[in-house]
Amino acid sequence: MKQRINGSEAIIRSIIEEGIDTIFGYPGGAIMPVYDALYDHGEKLKHILTRHEQGAIHAAQGYARVSGKTSVCFATSGPGATNLLTGITDAMLDSTPVVCITGQVASPLLGTDAFQESDILGMSTPVTKWNYQITDVNEIPEVMAKAFYIASSGRPGPVLIDLAKDVQFAMLDFEYKKCNSIRSYMPYLPIDEKQVEAAAEAINKAKKPFLLFGQGVLFSQAEEELKQLVEKADIPAAWTLLGVSALPTNHPLNVGMLGMHGNYGPNIKTNECDLLIAVGMRFDDRVTGKVAAYAPQAKVIHIEVDPAEINKIIPAHYPVLGDAKKVLSKLIPLVNENKHTDWIQEFKDAYETEFEKVIKNDIYRNNGKISMGEVVRVASEKTNGDAICVTDVGQQQMFAARYFQFKHTRSMVTSGGLGTMGFGLPAAVGAQFGRPDRTVVTFIGDGGFQMTMQELGTIAQENIPVKIIILNNNFLGMVRQWQDLFFEKRYSFTNISGPDFVKLAEAFGIPAQRVISNSELEGAISEMVNHNGPYLLEVMVEKEDNVFPMVPAGASVSDILLEKPTT
Amino acid sequence: MKQEYIITAYSENHIGLLNRITIVFTRRKVNIESLTVSESAHKGISKFTIVVIVTEEQVKKIVQQIDKQVEVLKAFYHTNDEMIYQEIALYKVATDDLTESDKIETLIRKHNARILEITKEYTVIEKTGHKEDTQEFFNDLNQFRVMQFIRSGRIAITKSPIERLSEFLKERDEILSETD
Ligand SMILES: Cc1ncc(C[n+]2csc(CCOP(=O)(O)OP(=O)(O)O)c2C)c(N)n1
Ligand SMILES: [Mg+2]
Repeated sequence: MKQRINGSEAIIRSIIEEGIDTIFGYPGGAIMPVYDALYDHGEKLKHILTRHEQGAIHAAQGYARVSGKTSVCFATSGPGATNLLTGITDAMLDSTPVVCITGQVASPLLGTDAFQESDILGMSTPVTKWNYQITDVNEIPEVMAKAFYIASSGRPGPVLIDLAKDVQFAMLDFEYKKCNSIRSYMPYLPIDEKQVEAAAEAINKAKKPFLLFGQGVLFSQAEEELKQLVEKADIPAAWTLLGVSALPTNHPLNVGMLGMHGNYGPNIKTNECDLLIAVGMRFDDRVTGKVAAYAPQAKVIHIEVDPAEINKIIPAHYPVLGDAKKVLSKLIPLVNENKHTDWIQEFKDAYETEFEKVIKNDIYRNNGKISMGEVVRVASEKTNGDAICVTDVGQQQMFAARYFQFKHTRSMVTSGGLGTMGFGLPAAVGAQFGRPDRTVVTFIGDGGFQMTMQELGTIAQENIPVKIIILNNNFLGMVRQWQDLFFEKRYSFTNISGPDFVKLAEAFGIPAQRVISNSELEGAISEMVNHNGPYLLEVMVEKEDNVFPMVPAGASVSDILLEKPTT
Repeated sequence: MKQEYIITAYSENHIGLLNRITIVFTRRKVNIESLTVSESAHKGISKFTIVVIVTEEQVKKIVQQIDKQVEVLKAFYHTNDEMIYQEIALYKVATDDLTESDKIETLIRKHNARILEITKEYTVIEKTGHKEDTQEFFNDLNQFRVMQFIRSGRIAITKSPIERLSEFLKERDEILSETD
């Protein structure tokens, strides 16, 4: 039955109809009517007031990534909307389903350079999956339903809805119907059985198959199918930065991370396998290194839901278009049980080499100093592999990805495609709301922390029990590492100071501690994990450690370095 | 090898979509040689005809990216010899030049052009054809000083007997009814 309500109320009811219970946002003039409507729905919709719109969208991203649900964020027109852009771009590159609702000046003022008018539709076009400006109140239910459908289906992504202020006051006869199809948009094409059969045959023939999995596995909830496939055909499997946790870290066929700072075996074996099976991943350049020297010897199966990814970077001999779960379910019965013992042993040997040259010293530093890798190892152990790991960007991100152990899916939140410093703290806020039942541990560099540290205010106000670990090397460490390796140690503007982070946290009413020597590390992390409520730990780490292995930018994955070259 | 390709895309007629489509080109630093957008035979569905000079690999990727846009129904690419295509050009000359001798008239006949309007001051001539043809006519006519000249974007139609959009829409409806 239709109900006569105003546009703002219609927005709120649409969001409730979509099963959303949390919104991240920041009010302002052009979205005030919506906030006014929100005021009466406190029992159904929780609103988290962040300290900056960038914080709101990163929190929404964190929420979506761990919960698998679409998340919502609100901002006002002009500066509120433009402050969202970094997060929208991040969500676009990492395929995160977020619906952004921005206020806009009243429709008669559009295009007049009115106060706080910005062409957010134009600005967000290249970085949204879809966007739309509502200037007719009657469009609200249909457009909102479309927004949620588009954001979450197929390859997910951010959607922005711009709401003219007069529309927020205008009345309509409201009735909500969820959207489940759009003529011009086919998020899931029917699976071509022939493609699946061809892929199965290639797998059955392969002597050295190697599977690469990405975030697509998480989107389609294909974790179980992935496990069945690799176990049945005995295929070593490696993950992209965003695919991590789709297969438990300690699974015997999980051979580690791909790419620039990934594991040694997965990189060199890429150029030795006879078949690459890519599932829900897009061959980012951080994964492939030099494309011309990427697996030229191998046949490639590419299982992917987004047709535009097929043949975009790496040509697929056996493309299989479709949702990973559906494709894998069809594929598994066609694949023979198999054993690739010798081939898998090669990965184990590569791991041994890497362990001796890199890992041992990364995670057990026996000189009293503290390495980032060791902090990650200890935090992972103290949370029994049950925690959600959130990271910022830089060296600490790579150490976290390399050494955090995952038992459960959707347990890593990190900015992959855009590499957005400042992502970590607000993303942790969202992740905690997305999974209130789980411990959220976040690793942030001293540089990145200073980009969005105002979100400590949100954490304090809402008493969000996130565990924040600042890995402080007093450097923009990852950039310093490149200066060390490729710019003759000319440390141009990578030296960075910071406030007293412990006092800073305390000023927000958040308990905090600083760790200076290795002997205090375990105790301090235990204390943090056992603390009921938010906690900040500043760990003073080795200033000039580098992350290895490393595939230098533009080099082949075979040329992965285990240490700094001596020449 | 770079060559001329004609990209055709069918889309819902929505504000902002042209921006989404041109971004596909600008992001890849591909110049649009010509662009025409108009309603197709199907009500509410627009047809884009875009001419670019790129390699086949590039055009394939561009078409994939256009196709990916939510409001695009389907995008295709063709080489010039797979399509019949035309452009239209308008030329304005001084009416005195036209009446002074029969030279302009001869040119109009030779190039299969036609006169649209004659006033005391000026005459507007129209010619359709490929770019080379309309250009050649311009060069010839310009001996008499062309006061104004304008050429449209390209429109094109496939040589194959089937209308691909109707076929495509039928297929889509089938898929949609199956998934319901
Ligand atoms: C917004 C933004 N600006 C700049 C960069 C480039 N960048 C990548 S890593 C990095 C250094 C990060 O330093 P810090 O946060 O201290 O982390 P560390 O590498 O030391 O662990 C910089 C500046 C970026 N990724 N994002
Ligand atoms: Mg640092």
